[in-house]
Amino acid sequence: MTTHLPNSFAAGPDDRGHFGPHGGRFVAETLMPLILDVEKAYAEAAADPAFQAEMKGYLADFVGRPSPLYFAERLTAICGGAKIYFKREDLNHTGAHKVNNCIGQILLARRMGKTRIIAETGAGQHGVATATVCALFGIPCVIYMGATDIARQQPNVFRMKLLGAEVRSVTSGAATLKDAMNEAMRDWVANVEDTYYLIGTVAGPHPYPLMVREFQKIIGEEAKAQIKAKEGRLPDSLYAAVGGGSNAIGLFYPFLDDPSVKIVGVEAAGHGTDTEEHAASLTMGRPGVLHGSRTYLLQNRDGQITEAYSISAGLDYPGVGPEHAWLKDAGRIDYVSVTDAEALDAFHKTTRHEGIIPALESSHAIAQVLKVAGSLPQDHIILACLSGRGDKDVDTVARAMGKEL
Amino acid sequence: MTARLSRRFAELKAANRAALVVYVAATDPDAATATALMQALPEAGADVVELGMPFTDPMADGPAIQKAALRALKAGASMDATLAQLQAFRAVDETTPVILMGYYNPIDSYGVERFAADAAAAGADGVIVVDVPPEEAEEITPALKRHDLDFICLATPTSDDARLPKIVAHASGFLYYVAVLGITGTRSAAAEQVARAVARIRKHTSLPVAIGFGIKTPENAAEMARIADAAVVGSAVIDRLAATLTADDQATPETIPTVATFVSDLAAGVRGARARA
Ligand SMILES: Cc1ncc(COP(=O)(O)O)c(C=O)c1O
Repeated sequence: MTTHLPNSFAAGPDDRGHFGPHGGRFVAETLMPLILDVEKAYAEAAADPAFQAEMKGYLADFVGRPSPLYFAERLTAICGGAKIYFKREDLNHTGAHKVNNCIGQILLARRMGKTRIIAETGAGQHGVATATVCALFGIPCVIYMGATDIARQQPNVFRMKLLGAEVRSVTSGAATLKDAMNEAMRDWVANVEDTYYLIGTVAGPHPYPLMVREFQKIIGEEAKAQIKAKEGRLPDSLYAAVGGGSNAIGLFYPFLDDPSVKIVGVEAAGHGTDTEEHAASLTMGRPGVLHGSRTYLLQNRDGQITEAYSISAGLDYPGVGPEHAWLKDAGRIDYVSVTDAEALDAFHKTTRHEGIIPALESSHAIAQVLKVAGSLPQDHIILACLSGRGDKDVDTVARAMGKEL
Repeated sequence: MTARLSRRFAELKAANRAALVVYVAATDPDAATATALMQALPEAGADVVELGMPFTDPMADGPAIQKAALRALKAGASMDATLAQLQAFRAVDETTPVILMGYYNPIDSYGVERFAADAAAAGADGVIVVDVPPEEAEEITPALKRHDLDFICLATPTSDDARLPKIVAHASGFLYYVAVLGITGTRSAAAEQVARAVARIRKHTSLPVAIGFGIKTPENAAEMARIADAAVVGSAVIDRLAATLTADDQATPETIPTVATFVSDLAAGVRGARARA
């Protein structure tokens, strides 16, 4: 659980789920008792060595942890500056960091005696990871996915179905991740007795931002030990893509109180932050309340939520986890954004020069690394989160290249 | 309780009947129609009007009210437009209580203090904010109190005896019992279950209790009117409205009369309920 050190960036949230002015529990009364149940069950589980041991077992033998820390030698040489390391979450079972959180939450749902799982998904990675852990434990699950995302992430949709999940298409709004989350919450309100909502990122009402961070911080804990073993010291800078913010907080959290480590979160600038088509809620949005917490949102002047856009379905969300909002305000993390075009360029470079096909989400973090590495000294160590593999994105990339598969 | 609400509940108590509360969304399907429709509601038999403040992401609402919000937003809905519609209503009706109902972000964005001041000035009596539970109520209750607006709180089938005191501590005006587990406009509740819940709630509060979610017909409304102090009808009213619109969601000459007729039927149900019982 959280250690409440004074003057620590890692101390949040408070017992009401607030990270400074952000976070909280802005949900309908119907859900409030459930959220309190989840909070209580999670606190008990987190303090129970048997739960921790069970989780550790699945993370090792089912997910394949620890994931490697890889020195990207050729990209380093091409940039001609800082040493670039990738934390290889793409090598996890199901192909992304999402499964770390799913293992934790499915074990919690079982402890709580829940017999039905619901989840939202954007890129489909969280949907696949959820369907996977539900297959593992024989629990029925329903995945809500925007119709737009269903169209651009077909391989993942079929994967979820193969795993036995029911994929429900959501057509409201822009039919992407935000709308899928609305629909999942509506399902939960109607099925509070037996259903557990397995949220896929560090967003939503307390305790989800806390709980998902705790399940993802293994990324940073492993990376810290690995870089110390390889280089004998901490990295100089960290980079991760920020959609809802779970892979980023997972990598960053164990380094928050290491002042020598510069931390950079990379949002999706879509067609550019000077256009209406982007998903840069931290860099371009302002605080508001959506999906249970106060955080930075893309919204118009009347408080209506505006549609996010990114070539990457997993970053296409108009909000962000409340802890990131707080870390931005506190000045601990720099948030920047990269465009579709820059992310695609990084996708191709990583594929060609390292033999790794990165997810388009992860390609955003890599794009920022490629932008800065050349101007940094050769003894500077960059550690970036390669949050997922890009197999799911090959159709999208082909289309961006003007080809059909 | 604000003067208008307490007067209305006192009158109805004297007449031994429950209130019919009718929900419509501001600016649905357009500002002019919505304004005229709202003004027709008391005449048709609505005792209290619940005016929905449209939001892009109405998480507790079913398809009918989701679509109403999107129609309204397409037609230019905004907080300013909602308050203007309320002000126009107050110009012709000084007695019918109006409750503003919506989600927190548009209020937060407008500014809580400014919202409370402007809503009170426009003639609102109370506010329901679906996604502000007791745990976050401090965000909004001081400003509402300063401007003499009631904070209408929701209780649900999941609010147990341990939780009800927490809800009641913040509530004023009346208590809104959400009779079903679910979103608006889908399921209906069994009268017997609702009666038990209302009896339980009354042990915790002397506020009037309204029942909403899932009341679809005059018969449903009558049933609930026998149990509680008010019956709230929303999605069923919106469904009638939606059925009169053109394919591109424009109002037709049928729109207002169709809704008014349905509201009259609901009112007849509510008014006859206790006489028949
Ligand atoms: C590979 C990958 N990286 C990143 C993300 C973005 O989510 P988050 O910001 O929660 O890590 C996703 C979401 O689907 C993803 O699939």
